[in-house]
Amino acid sequence: MNKEISKSSDWTEKTRKNTLLLGYWTSAWVATMALATFGPIFIWNSNTLLTILAVLVNLGLGLGMILANKRHLKGLDELQQKIQLEGMALSLGVGLVCGLSYSVLDNTNLIAFDAEISHLVILMGLTYLAGVFFGQRRYR
Amino acid sequence: MKNRLKVLRAERDWTQAQLAIALEVSRQTINAIETGKFDPSLPLAFKAARLFESSIEDIFQDEMVS
Repeated sequence: MNKEISKSSDWTEKTRKNTLLLGYWTSAWVATMALATFGPIFIWNSNTLLTILAVLVNLGLGLGMILANKRHLKGLDELQQKIQLEGMALSLGVGLVCGLSYSVLDNTNLIAFDAEISHLVILMGLTYLAGVFFGQRRYR
Repeated sequence: MKNRLKVLRAERDWTQAQLAIALEVSRQTINAIETGKFDPSLPLAFKAARLFESSIEDIFQDEMVS
């Protein structure tokens, strides 16, 4: 048992590290997204080169975040992976169905405002959170 | 799927947290398996069998077979 515990404390530590790394990558991605969005308006007065650089840095960090998320998911145990999969499936499904309906409403002028991609991102984020929350409760 | 994980764990006086550490899963996973809410994968079942020095059939039983 002691051998198993020492081996597995490595697993616990690895999971903790993967979660922290995902947090760092996500924070960096969000920060550079804000920089690429507001920088041209408030900092560098729409300088094209600086805007392209900010977008490229944001893209690079986004790629890092995707890989960190993949590593994080692979490091989880099988029940946690199942909960994450169900949350992501719900989020993807709701995002696809509602996103396209939202787009149709916009294209046919049935809504008075323009459909924004940010609304879809918020909907998918909230759906994912709800899916994971109810998944955690179901297997508690 | 029924299982004897809780009984085997109690015989050894281990907590769910200790078993979780030994099997490299979360305590929530152990609880979900013990309460029958979640069926483990074959690799995890083999790991449990190795840890308890039993066969998989001794720990996990198909509910369809009475």
